Amino acid sequence: MASTLAGFDGPHPDLPADRAETKFDDGKPRYSRAQAMAEAARCLYCYDAPCIEACPTSINIPEFIRKIATDNVKGSARTIFDSNILGMSCARVCPVEVLCVGQCVYNHEDIPPVQIGRLQRYSTDTAYDKGWSLYEPGPDSGKTVALVGAGPASLACAHELRKEGHKTVLLEKRSLPGGLNTTGVAPYKMIADASLAEVAWIVDSMGVEVQTGVEVGKDVSWEKLLADHDAVFVGVGLGPDSSLGVPGEDLGGVFGGVEIIERWKNGGDPATSGVTHAAVVGGGNTALDVVRELLVLGIPCVTMIYRRNEASMTGYEHEWDYAKKGGAGASWHSQPVAYVGEGGKVTGVECHAMEIDPDDPKGRKLRRKGDHSFVVPAELVVVAAGQGKLSGLLEGMPGVDLDWGRIVVDDDGRTSNPKIFAGGDVANGGKEVVNAAAEGKRAAQAIHAALSQ
Amino acid sequence: MVDISTNTGGIHSPNPFWLASAPPSNTGDQVQRAFDAGWGGAVWKTLGTPIVNVSSRYGAIHHFDRRIIGLNNIELITDRPLEVNFKEIYETKKKYPKHAVIASLMVETKEEWQDIIKRSIDAGADGLELNFGCPHGMCERGMGSAVGQEPAVNEEITSWAKEYSTVPVLVKLTPNVGDIVPHGLASQRGGADGVSLINTIKSIISVDIDRMVPEPRVGDRATNGGYCGPAVRPIALHMCAALARDPRFQLPISGIGGVGTWRDAVEFFLLGASTVQVCTAVMHHGFRIVEDMIEGLETYMEDKGLATMPDLIGKAIPHYTAWGDLDLNYKVVAKIDEDSCIGCQKCYVACYDGSHQCIHLREGAVRLDPVTAAKLKARDHMGVDWEARIPFVDEQECVGCNLCQMVCPVPNCVTMVEVDKDESKPLLTYKDFQRQEAERKAARKG
Repeated sequence: MASTLAGFDGPHPDLPADRAETKFDDGKPRYSRAQAMAEAARCLYCYDAPCIEACPTSINIPEFIRKIATDNVKGSARTIFDSNILGMSCARVCPVEVLCVGQCVYNHEDIPPVQIGRLQRYSTDTAYDKGWSLYEPGPDSGKTVALVGAGPASLACAHELRKEGHKTVLLEKRSLPGGLNTTGVAPYKMIADASLAEVAWIVDSMGVEVQTGVEVGKDVSWEKLLADHDAVFVGVGLGPDSSLGVPGEDLGGVFGGVEIIERWKNGGDPATSGVTHAAVVGGGNTALDVVRELLVLGIPCVTMIYRRNEASMTGYEHEWDYAKKGGAGASWHSQPVAYVGEGGKVTGVECHAMEIDPDDPKGRKLRRKGDHSFVVPAELVVVAAGQGKLSGLLEGMPGVDLDWGRIVVDDDGRTSNPKIFAGGDVANGGKEVVNAAAEGKRAAQAIHAALSQ
Repeated sequence: MVDISTNTGGIHSPNPFWLASAPPSNTGDQVQRAFDAGWGGAVWKTLGTPIVNVSSRYGAIHHFDRRIIGLNNIELITDRPLEVNFKEIYETKKKYPKHAVIASLMVETKEEWQDIIKRSIDAGADGLELNFGCPHGMCERGMGSAVGQEPAVNEEITSWAKEYSTVPVLVKLTPNVGDIVPHGLASQRGGADGVSLINTIKSIISVDIDRMVPEPRVGDRATNGGYCGPAVRPIALHMCAALARDPRFQLPISGIGGVGTWRDAVEFFLLGASTVQVCTAVMHHGFRIVEDMIEGLETYMEDKGLATMPDLIGKAIPHYTAWGDLDLNYKVVAKIDEDSCIGCQKCYVACYDGSHQCIHLREGAVRLDPVTAAKLKARDHMGVDWEARIPFVDEQECVGCNLCQMVCPVPNCVTMVEVDKDESKPLLTYKDFQRQEAERKAARKG
């Protein structure tokens, strides 16, 4: 199980072997050669294919699939990585159902679409297994770039910059690099070992310097970074979990979504011991991940609490379908108003019943329905209602415009400070890994252009 | 009820589906199991002076995930003692008196032909098939295709066989010739009761690119073999039709070459074959395929109102003409059904790069350079304008080549539609056209 997830060099030494995520099965295991050949042969090799258009990194999907079919797996992997150096993790974590696979022309015929993500995993995993070295740094340009945060956006950016010969230094505040790929991806999609293998694959082959445990603004100032480097890329992601701001938040057993997933992925008390009822507050993809993960971790009764109805959920429909099949329940139109507890530990979430305000012309506004309130029993409550902003950190950046805690960037990641560029969640407000990879790469091209002037 | 029993040069069988002389007809056990499955006849694996075979023996062409669209072999004739083969032919005929058992034969001298023919008939064979086709191994010893490529030798040995045989004699022809007709006529002059065609095509099926040795590989050596299977059917259909349409050629034909389904068989019947012989499809899938072949043929004949095999045989031959007899004024154009189009744009790229540039993309579906495209996509441009993906045909420019229809993965999405006949333009063949040109030229000179 875990070995197929970890894949390449086996379990990572910096990750505890007994952590919760090792208990998960691989949701979409790697194709065997026979499976990959059979699936690849189904691809129609469309012209100007809509799947390419749906990919934020514009991977030439029909081309890489054709190369699998002709047994040119190395070429196939190169086609993927040329567009997206994070192709291995994206193959696992991309919501392909709403991206490439969702646009496969077979959908128009009610024929099962080509499993592009799994084919991409076949090629990219093979590249990692075989240790293919596909890229090398360009000749030294004499320029240096600092990248703040070692998540997908910074990794993609650093890879492109190294191709052009610019020196790159990744500064990561945590002890492990990889960003949410390491700390936040649902384990049935990818475990942290694979993320760390990806980081190593990129930084080792391209000669990217990585400093972990370094917090910009504390250990090193923005001014020093700007003085020591020709440009700075900011890919720090989002801040900690938002809280509900209701009474009882300090009770034991109340967690944030990103916080508890990180425990499961990187080690620490999984907080599931003795829990029979768990509640997850929120209707987004993090909430859905937590619901599914709790079910796999053996919690018998998992309830999602959402203030709107099923149709209004912001999480992907296919993810909610998986959760329902796993046995998840839901309490719709429910607004948490307080945590209830006993002896310092949470025992449930008190909610108000909600309904759409009939006077709201847009039909979006919620109001309390009657004066009824009820308690959803739970010895574990996970609040997945979004992540806050890293306002304090970002406000320290000289001359960079912010908009509600996001860095304002143009299409190529330029900020209002000509030496500072940004990409990933910190600029887009929270999207997929593949968006971060695309933005990091594009920012690198803009940085290279600026440094070449 | 339709009657699919057949008579090929005096050899009768309950249906037109025979096993070709090949590995599936190597033993009595196989032939009897084939008859149980429904096969109407079997041409026994070629008998002759026993040989020694090599290992390995077969090679194949696969098309992506589709296995064996073409098969090649370097196996020779039977490697089992003649007396064993004759005993099994005898037992088979005794058990299956209504099925056709044909002995395929290949020897060198007149005396050997006399001896093997007598023994075959004594064993109960309903007919003989002279193997003048094998393009590997045996031809290096002056037999097989070495005979089939020389009309005079073909005629002479056929006449020997007719001299000694009391049962019908078919001659199996090789396709490794420029024109099949002289060879069919040579067999006819030698007195044959029918011909079978095609035998396998001389070929190298593939090369092991790691060892750098052709395949099938015998240690570090390989040799050319005989090619058969679905991919050779067009060649076989042409040779069958070339003989069937030649007014000098009067013999029945047993069609061979890539038959695997009832539809393939019907094509051979329409081009003049009265039976078909099958090898590769059985080697691929087993004897059981004949159930669908029989049922499919019967259903087809019922649907077309055809009662017996002679009603079907050769029906497409009058429509097979020289290029010079085709109508230059007939015109079809491609029509794309927008409701069933899935937007793959295979027709567009095929026409644009591979044919006559008459299919176009709508505005909004223009291919962007990768950098611009990447920028657009990054701006959340993830939705695809499906309407814009449906290509359109410039009917004025369309030459009616069929390519778009062939590449389209959706059944009946692209159809070729006849353009309204211009009554002022009657049938005009190239031969007519040349004649008219000559007349015009003469008129100008005059």
